[in-house]
Amino acid sequence: MSNFAIETVGLNYHFGNQTVVKDLSLQVPKGSIYGFLGPNGAGKTTTIKILLNLLQSPTDQVFVFGKELNANRIASLKRMGALVEQPAIYAHLTGKENLVNRCMLLGINKNKSNEMLSLVGLVEAANKKAGKYSLGMKQRLGIALALIGDPELLLLDEPTNGLDPNGIIEIRNLMIELVTKHGKTILVSSHLLAEIERTATHVGIINKGQLLFQGTIGDLQSLSKPLVKIEADDLALAQNILATAGAEVLQNDGKSISIVYKGKEDMGILNSTLVQNGVTVYSLAQERKDLENLFLDITSKN
Amino acid sequence: MRSLYISLTSEFYKSRKTLAFWAAIILPVVICGLIAFGFYSDTERLLKANSPGLILWGRYSGAALGVMGMLILPFYVMFMAFSVNNIEHKNDTWKTLFAQPLNKFSIYAAKYLYAVLLLVICLSLFLLLTIASGYLLQVLVPKLTFKDYNPTLLLFKFYSKLFLASLGILSVQFVLSLIWSDFLKPMGIGFVGIIAGIITANVGWKHAYLIPYSDPTLALRVTRVKDAKLEEFPIFTQEIWVSLAYAAVLFIVGYFILSKKNIK
Repeated sequence: MSNFAIETVGLNYHFGNQTVVKDLSLQVPKGSIYGFLGPNGAGKTTTIKILLNLLQSPTDQVFVFGKELNANRIASLKRMGALVEQPAIYAHLTGKENLVNRCMLLGINKNKSNEMLSLVGLVEAANKKAGKYSLGMKQRLGIALALIGDPELLLLDEPTNGLDPNGIIEIRNLMIELVTKHGKTILVSSHLLAEIERTATHVGIINKGQLLFQGTIGDLQSLSKPLVKIEADDLALAQNILATAGAEVLQNDGKSISIVYKGKEDMGILNSTLVQNGVTVYSLAQERKDLENLFLDITSKN
Repeated sequence: MRSLYISLTSEFYKSRKTLAFWAAIILPVVICGLIAFGFYSDTERLLKANSPGLILWGRYSGAALGVMGMLILPFYVMFMAFSVNNIEHKNDTWKTLFAQPLNKFSIYAAKYLYAVLLLVICLSLFLLLTIASGYLLQVLVPKLTFKDYNPTLLLFKFYSKLFLASLGILSVQFVLSLIWSDFLKPMGIGFVGIIAGIITANVGWKHAYLIPYSDPTLALRVTRVKDAKLEEFPIFTQEIWVSLAYAAVLFIVGYFILSKKNIK
């Protein structure tokens, strides 16, 4: 039995001549929150649609819980819940009726709809037409619809889209709770790294249909080495001294020098060496390239 | 089968608040009501004419059937076929519908079947209300001759024919509404089709039966076989077969269109 909730093997997908997904090998471990990151138009939604079999994938390239998707479409869909792009809601039905309709389609008890309404905080708006909901309420209803069948795997395409900060935090906490307490697996897509950073255990970064990075959030963070920015009166001299002292100079932009941070003692020694050689040091500051910049770096490379 | 049943109940649930569903009920109630009222307010002339039961029933049911085949039914079918599909286009729900753990063909077949059922409901109500209101008039005006003839079989056969003859239009409009999400294209084509149907049927073009839009009009033209009872006309005439053929072919074509359609 595979340990992956989702596994794609060299997945390719074309719209006409245009390649939308190229040699994509996703590996989403069971019980993870997998942040699926990429700029707009990177192929995230297309990938999610392939995972839902809305777009036909070539055989033997997509596996859900170890089973080939095309051959096990219905069995696989039973284990998945999804929110794709804008939530698909019948505007002429109330929030509750939307949920009841989904219960009918899934063949589950209709009382489940009340449970979901309270989970996403829509009890008071239950009998209001969903077309009159605010964007945030629609998004919540969409999440309730995805959760109602109690699926093991959730595919959420930009679920915090249109939510206010409070709503974003609620969704974040809900995702963490679902994974830690209920043992679900979540694949959540976003174009904002900051949003994923807080919750995800694993990250996949996609751009122009290609997977550029995949690993745990720790792996991603270790990619960015901390560095120290030094400001001084004579930068050329400082750079020479630092280089002879064995520091790894990354950059000298004329205003400051960036070197690789190795440890506190090391920084102290370098500072004394600079001062002893007649350089006036204005500041020494440790900097960490944040994931946002890392993300930009990774996505702009190809 | 379970998928089909589930999808069908969901179709009823989704659309029970829409005009397409209510029109299937309101249309026969209003039209039959108006005709009954018209006859009731003009009983003196009817009594003077003193036609036998069969003729009276003919005039009475013909009032609904006449406009029906030509105008009301094709327009209702057009609107209903549009509405059944538009509920998904408008709300962008095709994608969620097909992401449910249900057989794709069942989801499609349930939609089509639902449209057919609405048509059955509408026409059955017309049949029932025509007969019921006729007998009601008899009770209100005892001198009328409605009681002299039992029109059930005759009207049942007429409405059955009308139903079968309109399956062709239903299927054409269903597929058009499946392809296009906007109102104008299927309505525009349907409108032109209906006009063409009326014209070709009325000028008696010999190939008119090949146009599905003229089939309901043609289906109601019943020639009485010599020495036979009026009820004994055949149901499965040329235009009925054409209508059924259109329905069968387009039902299959529609599924391929839908499954090939990129669900955006």
